[in-house]
Amino acid sequence: MAKILKKEILAPNIKKIIVEAPEVAKKAQPGQFVILRIDEKGERIPLTIGDFDREKGTLTIVFQEVGKSTYHLGLLNEGDEILDFVGPLGKPSEIEKFGTVCCIGGGVGTPEIYPVARALKEVGNYVISIIGARNKELVIMEKEMREVSDELYITTDDGTYGMKGFVTDALKKILDSGKKIDRVIAVGPVMMMKAVSELTKNYNIKTIVSLNAMMLDGTGMCGICRVEIGGETKFACVDGPEFDGHLVNYDLLMARLRTYLEEEKLSLKLFKEKMGIQ
Amino acid sequence: MAIIPKKTPMREQPPKERIKNFNEVPLGYTPEEAINEAKRCLQCKKPPCVKGCPVEIDIPGFIEKIREGNFKEAIRILKDKNSLPAICGRVCPQEDQCEKECVLGKKYEPVGIGRLERFAADWEAEQGIMEIPKIEKSTGKKVAVVGSGPAGLTCASELAKMGHEVVIFEALHKPGGVLVYGIPEFRLPKIIVEREVNYIKALGVKIICNFVVGKTKTVDELLEEFDAVFVGTGAGLPWFMNIPGENYTGIYSANEYLIRVNLMKAYLFPEYDTPIVRGKNVAVIGGGNVAMDAARTALRLGAEKSMIIYRRSKNEMPARIEEIERAEEEGVIFHFLTLPVRYYADENGKVKEMECIRMELGEPDHSGRRKPIPIPNSNFKIPVDTVVVAIGQSPNPLIPQTTKGIEVGKHGNIIIDEKTGKTTKKGVFAGGDIATGAATVILAMGAGKVAARAIDEYIKTGIW
Ligand SMILES: Cc1cc2nc3c(=O)[nH]c(=O)nc-3n(C[C@H](O)[C@H](O)[C@H](O)COP(=O)(O)OP(=O)(O)OC[C@H]3O[C@@H](n4cnc5c(N)ncnc54)[C@H](O)[C@@H]3O)c2cc1C
Ligand SMILES: Cc1cc2nc3c(=O)[nH]c(=O)nc-3n(C[C@H](O)[C@H](O)[C@H](O)COP(=O)(O)OP(=O)(O)OC[C@H]3O[C@@H](n4cnc5c(N)ncnc54)[C@H](O)[C@@H]3O)c2cc1C
Ligand code: SF4
Ligand code: SF4
Ligand code: FES
Repeated sequence: MAKILKKEILAPNIKKIIVEAPEVAKKAQPGQFVILRIDEKGERIPLTIGDFDREKGTLTIVFQEVGKSTYHLGLLNEGDEILDFVGPLGKPSEIEKFGTVCCIGGGVGTPEIYPVARALKEVGNYVISIIGARNKELVIMEKEMREVSDELYITTDDGTYGMKGFVTDALKKILDSGKKIDRVIAVGPVMMMKAVSELTKNYNIKTIVSLNAMMLDGTGMCGICRVEIGGETKFACVDGPEFDGHLVNYDLLMARLRTYLEEEKLSLKLFKEKMGIQ
Repeated sequence: MAIIPKKTPMREQPPKERIKNFNEVPLGYTPEEAINEAKRCLQCKKPPCVKGCPVEIDIPGFIEKIREGNFKEAIRILKDKNSLPAICGRVCPQEDQCEKECVLGKKYEPVGIGRLERFAADWEAEQGIMEIPKIEKSTGKKVAVVGSGPAGLTCASELAKMGHEVVIFEALHKPGGVLVYGIPEFRLPKIIVEREVNYIKALGVKIICNFVVGKTKTVDELLEEFDAVFVGTGAGLPWFMNIPGENYTGIYSANEYLIRVNLMKAYLFPEYDTPIVRGKNVAVIGGGNVAMDAARTALRLGAEKSMIIYRRSKNEMPARIEEIERAEEEGVIFHFLTLPVRYYADENGKVKEMECIRMELGEPDHSGRRKPIPIPNSNFKIPVDTVVVAIGQSPNPLIPQTTKGIEVGKHGNIIIDEKTGKTTKKGVFAGGDIATGAATVILAMGAGKVAARAIDEYIKTGIW
């Protein structure tokens, strides 16, 4: 059981919760995730540890409502309990002094990249961050990201805030300005991570991405999270979730994410009807 | 007394009915049937059957009590040696263990020891009684048990009876290991596992779920809080064949397929949130119990064709004969001497076809079974929309990887001294599938028991 201590709406369909989980908080490191199950009939879903406070024994999680489980999570209130909550899972991000690093967050990838950017800054990297969203309303965690970045760029698809375009447009601009970047870390939608990787490959910059494969147990037991890295099969939950972006088979990842599209639609429809939400 | 040559038959759900539900297949004995079966036992002076039981149940003893109609005493005798009788009575491969040694089996059918064990345990449950054995005075010592499969549960219950404080740490959200996530409801109803788990809790064992040792806390950290640690983490790492196309959607490991259905109750989707692909043409790769379970599960999920693809012949199949027969009765189709070599997908990346090659049997290999050899140019295709890979699993490397000083063997199994369960690290014991590789419930329980004795001695004396 993990109690929700605080809940905040960051943007339409994007919510932040602070959860009491002292054992997990004690061990959590940037780049790791938890798996939770809301109630007895619920499914197990992976969510990144957005932030952690070891002293208070709390974790921050930011999630986007996309299907039944995340909508359900979004309906829980402060004081409610999540039935099952396990972690920290996966390998932590590599935190070293690389020199100049570029941290890219797309959508709910921004809260996921935040603790990584902060840790990279703490060990002395020059941190350039790019956050991208569809429009101004969906830009989240700007203030927090600014605090841990030496430079911060914002892009929106429709140009309502920051630079108009995608995160890759901003990245290309930075690269073409002659700035030397030693490493790129990108977290966000698969398409975005794919595009970033394609771009940085031309510039020969090591790029790390965090793969959001479907997961079940999160401990290497089931193999649903298998991804292909440089032609080799890996389990994202134990070998990742972070991998070398230039080696990822993104098409396979996207195809696998579509496995249960029909069932997910049905599940969400039934849930919305039951709860009377639009 | 005349010998009755055949086992008293057990009623079961007819095949046509049972493939439409997930209810248990054999229905158990009535008291009359159980007494009749108990009468077949010759009450041997030196009973060979006991030697066939890894936990040395007093088999003639409990059978005699059933014959007398004293079921309460029968279950007491069983529980003296085995804390999970309702489970063992159902899933032990008795034909290779106790019943294999039974003297009656030389000429006739052996006594239905497993069936009687199941009867006694079910009878107790029906009475709604749960007798708690004597628990020794508290020793003030603490033991951590990692994993709540049969090895961990047994080790924990033995230690609790000895008066030690025991905490089980389990990675999943429900205790039971393979008993809850692997073996299907129609062979082992989950309510029975729950009942046995409750019994172990009633002995004072604390079970903490959602706790991954190696991640949430390491073994070394547990050793700071506990006097000893028992590792019973099983063989949960699924194998794949590493052939082209194996990552297409619709291709599952047996673990994933069974976890979805058993632990997450995907057969009740959308009432339960976890979905599963309900394939029409399902191919299960492998020939063991796990493969039989997956193939029979596929039928119950509505498959028109559920096929077993096995590279050797029927004689070499490692699955229990009873399970193979049940699968056949239910209409599972067997493709022997067949090996998948690649998969083909549709435009969405979903598997649609499987290419196989025919095999022939050559000389026996190191396992004593005849080695399958591919026949050149014998390739052919089978249309499939779901594939379940059930070719085996090995120990999960998480604990050895995160603990200094635990040595592992070639297959990642933790090396132990078989007589004590001691690993190469002081204070850490192990047993069950994590040490042996995938084996059986009762062997895992036996290992848990052996380790409990050695742990008791170690924490009392401090001598390693
Ligand atoms: C390691 C890891 C960390 C993650 N961290 C976060 C996080 O911090 N915040 C967050 O909002 N989400 C995160 N995700 C994604 C999150 O797990 C999914 O959004 C969630 O499982 C969806 O569940 P659902 O029942 O609400 O939707 P579903 O009904 O399962 O899916 C609805 C829609 O979302 C798509 N979808 C399903 N699963 C995923 C997935 N894993 N990734 C992307 N799209 C998916 C489906 O294709 C479908 O269109 C993470 C995933 C992984 C593997
Ligand atoms: C589908 C299937 C059918 C089978 N049928 C039969 C049968 O009919 N008869 C028979 O005798 N045997 C059968 N077996 C084999 C039998 O189930 C196993 O040999 C037995 O369960 C092994 O017990 P165990 O306690 O060693 O491990 P498991 O039962 O595997 O339990 C290990 C537990 O440890 C947990 N764990 C793992 N890592 C960690 C960690 N780091 N931290 C915390 N917890 C952890 C796991 O989640 C799991 O719950 C079958 C196996 C399968 C998969
Ligand atoms: S525990 Fe298994 S081997 Fe032992 S008597 Fe019972 S069925 Fe036979
Ligand atoms: S060997 Fe068979 S007949 Fe003899 S005591 Fe055991 S069960 Fe009874
Ligand atoms: S989630 Fe099951 S192996 Fe990764």
